[in-house]
Amino acid sequence: MSESAAKVKGAPPVEVHDLTVSYQNKPVLWDVDFELPEGKLIAVVGPNGAGKSTLIKTIMGLIDPVSGHSLIYGRPLEQMRKKIAYVPQRETVDWNFPVSVFDVVLMGRYAHLSLFKRPKKHDKELAMEALEKVGMAEFADRQISQLSGGQQQRVFLARALAQDAEIYFMDEPFAGVDASTEDHILLLLKELRNHGRTVVVVHHDLQTVSGYFDWVMLLNLRLVALGPMETTFTKENLQKAYGGRLNILSQVIELSRKEDFIREPGHE
Amino acid sequence: MSELFTDFFLLQDPNVRWVLAGTILLGLSAGALGCFAVLRERALVGDAVAHAVLPGVCLAFIFTGDKDPLALLIGSVIFGWISLVVMDFIIRNSKISADTSIGMVLSVFFGLGVVLLTYIQSSGNVNQSGLDAFLFGNAASMLPEDVMLFGFVSLMVLVVIIAMYKELKLVSFDSSYAKVIGYPLKRMEFLIATLLVVTITAGLQAVGVVLMASMLIIPAAAARYWTDSLRVMLFVAAFVGGISAISGSFVSYAAPSMPTGPWMVVSAAFIFTLSFFFAPARGETRKWIKRLNQKQKIRRENILKTLYGLNEADGKEEKVRTLQEIIKKRRMEKKTLKRGLSELEKSGMIEHYRGRPDGFVLTETGRVEARRIVRLHRLWELYLTEKLEIAGDHVHDDAESMEHVITPEIEAQLLKILENPESDPHDEKIPY
Amino acid sequence: MSTFWIILTACLASSACALVGSFLVLRKQAMLGDAISHAVLPGIAIAFLLTASRNTFPMLIGAGAFGLLTVYLTEKLQLRGRLMNDASMGIVFTTLFAIGVIIITMFASQVDLDQECILYGEIAYVPWDLWIFNGMNMGPRPVWILGFVLMLNLLFIVSCYKELKIYAFDRQLAVSMGIPIMLIHYGLMGSVSFSTIAAFESVGAILVVALIVVPPATAYLLTRRLSHLLMLAVFFGILSSISGYYLAYWTNSSIAGAIAVMTGVYFGLALFFSPVDGILAKKYRRKQNTGKGPYEGPGLELRTKQTINI
Repeated sequence: MSESAAKVKGAPPVEVHDLTVSYQNKPVLWDVDFELPEGKLIAVVGPNGAGKSTLIKTIMGLIDPVSGHSLIYGRPLEQMRKKIAYVPQRETVDWNFPVSVFDVVLMGRYAHLSLFKRPKKHDKELAMEALEKVGMAEFADRQISQLSGGQQQRVFLARALAQDAEIYFMDEPFAGVDASTEDHILLLLKELRNHGRTVVVVHHDLQTVSGYFDWVMLLNLRLVALGPMETTFTKENLQKAYGGRLNILSQVIELSRKEDFIREPGHE
Repeated sequence: MSELFTDFFLLQDPNVRWVLAGTILLGLSAGALGCFAVLRERALVGDAVAHAVLPGVCLAFIFTGDKDPLALLIGSVIFGWISLVVMDFIIRNSKISADTSIGMVLSVFFGLGVVLLTYIQSSGNVNQSGLDAFLFGNAASMLPEDVMLFGFVSLMVLVVIIAMYKELKLVSFDSSYAKVIGYPLKRMEFLIATLLVVTITAGLQAVGVVLMASMLIIPAAAARYWTDSLRVMLFVAAFVGGISAISGSFVSYAAPSMPTGPWMVVSAAFIFTLSFFFAPARGETRKWIKRLNQKQKIRRENILKTLYGLNEADGKEEKVRTLQEIIKKRRMEKKTLKRGLSELEKSGMIEHYRGRPDGFVLTETGRVEARRIVRLHRLWELYLTEKLEIAGDHVHDDAESMEHVITPEIEAQLLKILENPESDPHDEKIPY
Repeated sequence: MSTFWIILTACLASSACALVGSFLVLRKQAMLGDAISHAVLPGIAIAFLLTASRNTFPMLIGAGAFGLLTVYLTEKLQLRGRLMNDASMGIVFTTLFAIGVIIITMFASQVDLDQECILYGEIAYVPWDLWIFNGMNMGPRPVWILGFVLMLNLLFIVSCYKELKIYAFDRQLAVSMGIPIMLIHYGLMGSVSFSTIAAFESVGAILVVALIVVPPATAYLLTRRLSHLLMLAVFFGILSSISGYYLAYWTNSSIAGAIAVMTGVYFGLALFFSPVDGILAKKYRRKQNTGKGPYEGPGLELRTKQTINI
């Protein structure tokens, strides 16, 4: 982590300024602006198509925003890549790919290895440790296609752990996993938080939000509310995020796209 | 050259007549059928089938010892079919992906064809000359009986497409829906596959295996830029296919050493490029023009707004505003400002006073229009702050672009949910 | 002796193609191999015309340029032209190939390359295509070229192994980690172009596709390790080359065609009989554990509640 730029003193782990994102036929984010606190477990909640994944992907640099920018500890993403880890949705990769569980976890270490460098013994130890933490050590040599959904999710989580970052972005890590995996993942997230890491999780299940997380961000095309669970996760805010019809906003977005007002950025 | 031209198009040479008829029919049917292949995202399946029929051609030759067109047709249709079945079997029964399966069938079947072809050549059969034409196509070598058979086949394909238009359309667009409403999906798939195999086979002598796929893909892709309607697209694609066929045959007629297939492809690609840039419905130029118009419209509206702002500031609606005044209020280049002003003058929104001071004043229509734009700007700002709770200092830039987009319908909705507000978040009056 | 040279040439060509082809197959972009192998033709033809010789380096440069051009145009056309990936690929490579054929026929007298060579290659003539260096006979030229390209591919894969792996497996993660994904992408496409052109002369444009796609697909069905996949792909490439040569010898037909047929035969065997992913093995396994799903290994529940420290 030595080559990585130092944090700007007092800067929040994540700050987003005037972020507007659009791409074909997908929902957009509209003028989103916020700062996240350090060392908290933060849920990103909102209805389908509210732009939750888009927000995370944009912060991770996977999608180019139309306008606005985000900073990691006060610096541009490029300088801080090693400080953030990303757990994508499981469906984004080909689970038939010929690699073992251990290989996948070791990929988490690639963030710290420059071009041409191979993983060292130290990296392998860290990867193995991460696998142990998610309770998958004995599956290290398995090919990934032989895993269940919950196990796949654990592998992804282990990969992020191996990356040893300060901020973790996770896209629906609880989706489609069994109850024991869910408990286990939650335990891990809390561990991370207790060690001062900032964990941002896209979450679907409204029932469990208040029990699992410290902070909540309510999103629906625009930022509805962001703050500590007790004060923010209110009926009124939920109403705004889920019930409030944003007919006009969506219509205007649609129009401006048709009229070529919003540039379609290339996205990964 | 011009003599060649007239000779060719007056169809004096009976051979030319045959060749032209054959290639045009092929171009028409391949172009039309290609629309379904391209829309169903099966463009490269045609490529694989075209390569895969080569062993069929060779086996037919080995068994009959002759280049009987009917035998060649049957042989290649059989192998075209086998190749489709094999591709499908691999995808269904293994984790191999579709494109890998296509690539494998294409190359291995073609390899088998090459083995058989060289076997025939080494066995020294005198009749084998001309089998090579299948590789790159040589329309000029087609005999009247070839043309009659293949032309007839192409014609049948066209007839089927026209007769089954409705069914083909639904299956291509949404096959699971077609199944739900009780279409015999299996039989439809079979039909489409057969049409594909037959069309490809019929085209081989003219275009050759290597480039046959392009006669399916390129005309259809070119047609897509001209229309959003499948019916029209079929006609345009067939037309493009036909034109390419004529120009390919002509080159090959004018310079007999030139292969027909590559020239057909290059002609089609040329038409594709023209369509890509200049097609009025979806071409690039249209996009550019649209963007340019958009830019001009925004420029005009911004000038109107600026004039309105000046009037609003000192309350003098009839006052003549000079260029300097306008630029001071809203920074823009003098040249673009002048251009925008003259456009506005032409449309009667402003008047130019060439006296002292030399300047501009809003006409009555101009004032109505300016009020509309300012109103939309302020309504949108209000909507963002009130309904979306976006901070007041963030909303201006956004409204700057949205004011040019909002339609009267949306304006009415905004007025309704904001309950006909008096002023915007910055306490400026909303003009009605 | 000539048998040895022909087989060696075929083995080098199939190894070079199998290495890069493995990544194309894993990225589900196998047809890009087909596209590139066709589209490099104008590059070769132009290099021939400009240098009036079969010089290797101009040819490699011409082919590399057109290979990358194909990839670039396909991507651009897909994005700007709102076409499906396969359609835009089909347009680009068939057009470039047609242009190549036209150039070759136009300058047939100057270009020592005929249509048949494009399609079948001329591997049988390899032993007589000698490289004379300083008056010394260095052996067949294609062997040197293919050996060089194979070395390049090996160097690329060994030095960028981890980047290639993550590029093929999880592009999003790679981007989020700041791995130079476009560099790897175009590096791989460049390698595909080089391999194609080097193998092209010997086996022809279309059979190159067999070497690029089929042995990796065969290996894909037999192993679950990337490193093993690469080795197996090379192995099947070499096996097909040797058995293909003898098949051609026996039937008195095209060597390149026979090699392609043999790659297909081995794939067919793997498809049915692979112990890992073969159709029969899967059927057998299904019979073995009907009812209970094959997933969720034992021991998982026991470990979940352990304390975790970070």
